[in-house]
Amino acid sequence: MKTFGGPVLFLDRADINTDEIIPAKYLTEITKEDLKPYILEDLKLPGFDPKGPKTKSARVIVSRANFGCGSSREHAPWVFEVNGITAVVAESFARIFRQNMFNCGMAAIELPKEKVDALFGYANFSDVTMALDVEGQALTIKGGGKEDTFRFDISPFDKALVLAGGWVDYADQKY
Amino acid sequence: MGKTTAEKIFASHLVDEPFPGTRVLRLDVVLCHEITTPIAIDDLMARGKDRIFDTAKIKAVIDHVTPSKDTKTATQAKILRDWARRHDIKDFFDVGFNGVCHALFPEKGFIRPGYTVIMGDSHTCTHGAFGAFAAGVGTTDLEVGILKGVCAFREPKTIRINLNGTLPRGVYAKDVILYVIGQLGVNGATDRVMEFRGPVADAMTMESRMTLCNMAIEAGGTSGICMPDAVTVDYLWPFIQHEYGAKDAALADFRKWCSDDDAEYEKVLDLDVSGLEPLVTYGYKPDLVKPISEMAGTPVDQVYLGSCTNGRLEDLRVAAAILKGKKIAPNVRGILSPATPKVYQDAMHEGLLDIFMDAGFCVTNPTCGACLGMSNGVLAEGEVCASTTNRNFMGRMGKGGMVHLMSPATSAATAIEGQMADPRKYL
Ligand code: SF4
Repeated sequence: MKTFGGPVLFLDRADINTDEIIPAKYLTEITKEDLKPYILEDLKLPGFDPKGPKTKSARVIVSRANFGCGSSREHAPWVFEVNGITAVVAESFARIFRQNMFNCGMAAIELPKEKVDALFGYANFSDVTMALDVEGQALTIKGGGKEDTFRFDISPFDKALVLAGGWVDYADQKY
Repeated sequence: MGKTTAEKIFASHLVDEPFPGTRVLRLDVVLCHEITTPIAIDDLMARGKDRIFDTAKIKAVIDHVTPSKDTKTATQAKILRDWARRHDIKDFFDVGFNGVCHALFPEKGFIRPGYTVIMGDSHTCTHGAFGAFAAGVGTTDLEVGILKGVCAFREPKTIRINLNGTLPRGVYAKDVILYVIGQLGVNGATDRVMEFRGPVADAMTMESRMTLCNMAIEAGGTSGICMPDAVTVDYLWPFIQHEYGAKDAALADFRKWCSDDDAEYEKVLDLDVSGLEPLVTYGYKPDLVKPISEMAGTPVDQVYLGSCTNGRLEDLRVAAAILKGKKIAPNVRGILSPATPKVYQDAMHEGLLDIFMDAGFCVTNPTCGACLGMSNGVLAEGEVCASTTNRNFMGRMGKGGMVHLMSPATSAATAIEGQMADPRKYL
């Protein structure tokens, strides 16, 4: 199983779509690794630089509602994966993006708005990290000398996919 | 208690329920295109699993960038083509026979009521117009679909959308679906099936129903669904007559997939469309819609007519009726991509292409192309496009470009004036 955790990248907007995560013009790349430089290239947010150090060091993304809406491109989770980001925590996800994350053995974790607000309370600290325990269904955020732990729900199927490392091996054994 | 169409399809295709709430379904059709399938093919090969669950149930097309524009897109096309040949996939559509997937596959009669359909493409929800459960998936789900013929879904909940009243002149399925998305918001139907009902849906052609269902994903919906009826039978008749012999028999068989009268819905939306105006999007999300009266006069650089939303013959007819005998404004570029070779030829034989070309439109081959900013009409930074497509995300049709979604009629009127215009004055 992948381990989840590390520095956090905060993306403070709802409805961040897959075109913003990886523009369609890069969907002609055949290998996942080739997607790497284009992460979040078209996302315009105050203070956010897709090529900046915060993007480079990030291992977890925290965002708002309906994250990953739009296209079905699995290139969106892949561009995160090749950049070392294997978990996204948000108020809610678009269905296909959420499933793509779990199918790749990555984590798309939903938390209620108040808890996401609490996570965003850490956004201005420079040393924010998060540790996610998918099996134990809890995450801990640390930064600015503070620390919070939140429990989260995850469907048993999605958990099984994370633990199995993805859907292909799981399905091939079973069906 | 009765069941919805989606519940009936789930019950009849259930293979496994590995965990509460997760349903693994048997698939009737797996659709493929050259953008999301090659990586699945490569991965299957790398795993030593270059197999296919059922050659006849896989349909593939090169549509997003075609004919290929560079080495990379040619390579994607080649991977799909080689794979189709290797596995003897009969329903593979290459250059000369290819068109936009969600227009081409229905036109070939591949989608039937009661089917389960997946594709590595978010607008797969289009095919629900036939009373099917059709969902866009990512490459991994597609890969498992190709290998095993199954896909896992959460239990469907259905939002019933009753389209009441009558459609006013100049208002079309595109305006209706923009209105519905405006009501629900871009995630108002996440993990939900959107069932389109009511007299307005019943009166629609299959083309219009596909336009409705096509944009279900823009409200987050898993699949759009329309009730199979006589319109569905008529559309599919050339493909099913040997099976049924008489249309009544087909209709009776199809009807079993209709939602029961006492089916339970999570939510029912009653919308009267009688007072609806032509609508246009104004921001970077498809739920940001305004009546054309509030947007008229907004200058545009390009008008794009085509895509899986509005590139069918019906759409071309509506636009051509407005453009007939007129010229588009000198400040706009008009681009038409008929969605399939059949649409192209039918439009040619009807004289529609002459109307477009006389008006100053460039007629391209069937392809997704500009719809996702790949080719054939990509915008420059700061340019504005009036488009019959389905997504207005920032940069969708080219980095820094702005997209306003609208109906073919509104886009035709806009082309004539070089700024957003109400189509009703041209009807
Ligand atoms: S026409 Fe546009 S929305 Fe439709 S399948 Fe092609 S790229 Fe996707």
